Amino acid sequence: MKETPLSACERDFILKAIEEKKRLDGRQTYDYRKIKISFGTDYGCCFVDLGQTRVMAQVSCELVAPKESRPNEGIMFFNIELSPLASPAFEQGRQSELSVKLNRQLERCLRNSKCIDTESLCVVSGEKVWQIRVDVHMLNNDGNLMDASSIAAIAALCHFRRPDVAVQGEEVTVYSPEERDPIPLSIYHMPISVSFSFFQQGTYLLVDPCEREERVMDGLLMIAMNKHREICSIQSSGGIMLLKEQVMRCSKIASVKVSEITELISKALMNDKTARKAGGRCGFAESMPQERITALKVDETPVETADVTEKASSIIKEAEAPPPTAPSPVVPVPGVGQVGLGLQNTWGVEEEEELEEFSSGDDVEEVTKMEEDERKNTKGDVVEISDSEEEEVVILHPEKPQKAENVKSSFHQKGAPSSKKKTKQKP
Amino acid sequence: MEVSAPSNVSLREFGCEQSLLSRPDGSASFVQGDTSVMAGVYGPAEVKVSKEIYDRATLEVLVQPKVGLPSVRERSQEQCVRETCEEALLLTLHPRSSLTLVLQVLHDDGSLLSCCLNAACMALMDAGLPMSCLFCGVTCAISAYGQIITDPTSAQEKESRALMTFAIDSKERKVMMSSTKGSFSVHELQQCVAVSQRASERIFQFYRDSVRRRYSKSL
Repeated sequence: MKETPLSACERDFILKAIEEKKRLDGRQTYDYRKIKISFGTDYGCCFVDLGQTRVMAQVSCELVAPKESRPNEGIMFFNIELSPLASPAFEQGRQSELSVKLNRQLERCLRNSKCIDTESLCVVSGEKVWQIRVDVHMLNNDGNLMDASSIAAIAALCHFRRPDVAVQGEEVTVYSPEERDPIPLSIYHMPISVSFSFFQQGTYLLVDPCEREERVMDGLLMIAMNKHREICSIQSSGGIMLLKEQVMRCSKIASVKVSEITELISKALMNDKTARKAGGRCGFAESMPQERITALKVDETPVETADVTEKASSIIKEAEAPPPTAPSPVVPVPGVGQVGLGLQNTWGVEEEEELEEFSSGDDVEEVTKMEEDERKNTKGDVVEISDSEEEEVVILHPEKPQKAENVKSSFHQKGAPSSKKKTKQKP
Repeated sequence: MEVSAPSNVSLREFGCEQSLLSRPDGSASFVQGDTSVMAGVYGPAEVKVSKEIYDRATLEVLVQPKVGLPSVRERSQEQCVRETCEEALLLTLHPRSSLTLVLQVLHDDGSLLSCCLNAACMALMDAGLPMSCLFCGVTCAISAYGQIITDPTSAQEKESRALMTFAIDSKERKVMMSSTKGSFSVHELQQCVAVSQRASERIFQFYRDSVRRRYSKSL
């Protein structure tokens, strides 16, 4: 399904509003939309709401062989899924330009900034390391997917616990969460991406563009930074020329925003930890708003099952007995093999016959007599032509018991072709 | 081993939120215990020429797993949901158009398929698509001791001998779709159908309540 195009008047309206320092949702130039961070029931699952934009991140781990170039480092894998749920323009299973851009930016933001201690993910050097996989699913696209996914990914990584492992000699034991408490990842710092959009060739700047604003913007600048004011990555897209001062100004704004967001993440993590410690229920099910008119929840409800057994019995009684099914008539035509229950198995018969040949001497004589005749005729030729010693033996001493030992293994394959050869040579 | 009379049959607490996403035409998240699924519907909209059906709308169902890419398991769930929805929806009212239903798994703690069905129905209702009837999904598990458990958790699913999911329509409580796993007798199957029909009444009552609440003037 195609995206509905933005009409010219909508475009003009948004641009004019920006010129007047006004935004559609009433924000100021440097304001972020409301950020809500919640965690799922299992470890490493994080939901981020950035205004109407919704993103879910799920971290999972797996024991794999390390890369050859880095034998004692764990592997980080990031995957941003632009699910068609988020926007009708996103297609299932196709790598669009946007998804490549987002994936790359997230990798640079989280992997290349070395915010996660990958060496601590090594179990046995060169053999077993943890692969940490981060899946980010877009649920609703209302602009600024990058910031939302970077927040979700880092919060999910902080929330994640991997199973404990013990190495004893060659043996690696992975403990289930019941046996030993799972271990959190060691995270040095939390890089967070902040997006700036530029309008009118860089004259106007907005923080956290919404979807409408993203569609009319001229250029985008994404700065990933941690709370120590260290820049982890900068990416400018849209082909806009920026002045040095503009980039400096953006990095200053980013540092403020990043410290705010980091605090929010830490707070959310703390809340979740205390909730888990208290043994209360947590997760998506609990985060569902109760006060909204569109939401409703009911408690555990028993189901009345008094008459179920009688009903089931009566249905079965009323049901007509299935007609007795006769097994389909089978007329084996010579040369047709059939397999199935109650049928004569014709598979592997040849093999058995041949084995029998060698086990009972009388049969062999009868069966091989004809062949022998042939062989006698062509004896000389065959010996000359065939390289195989075994074949020679077959031909020269067909009924001696010692031959059976030699031939058994090779006769099935070679017997048939060799006899063919002979028939060919006959004329 | 025959099923003993079902004794403690209950549905876990369940809930639903509708129109929680701004982009889709209809959206819902359905929660059953810890299992939760988010559904979004787009359409009726323009359809690709290759998928166009001249006398009715094309329904596409996508199930997104939480980790990794969709696999065979998701494909089979998609098919179960699609066939149920095609039966319930009046697709002939929108010929040559497309309907897309996307289901995102948020957490799997058993009875995932029934949760998907319920979320799908709520999302279709939210999108305001014409339907001939509503539907709901109920999962029944037969434990190793022959007890019927409705709406099982994943731990109960693992221990069970057989697992059945039924989609049940709201008009006559008929079975629209069934998906089973494991071995069971005819009697057990009939009992599970009967239990599911009973359980479906609770869910339809919930649908009714949530719609009433939604169009009420006060909470």
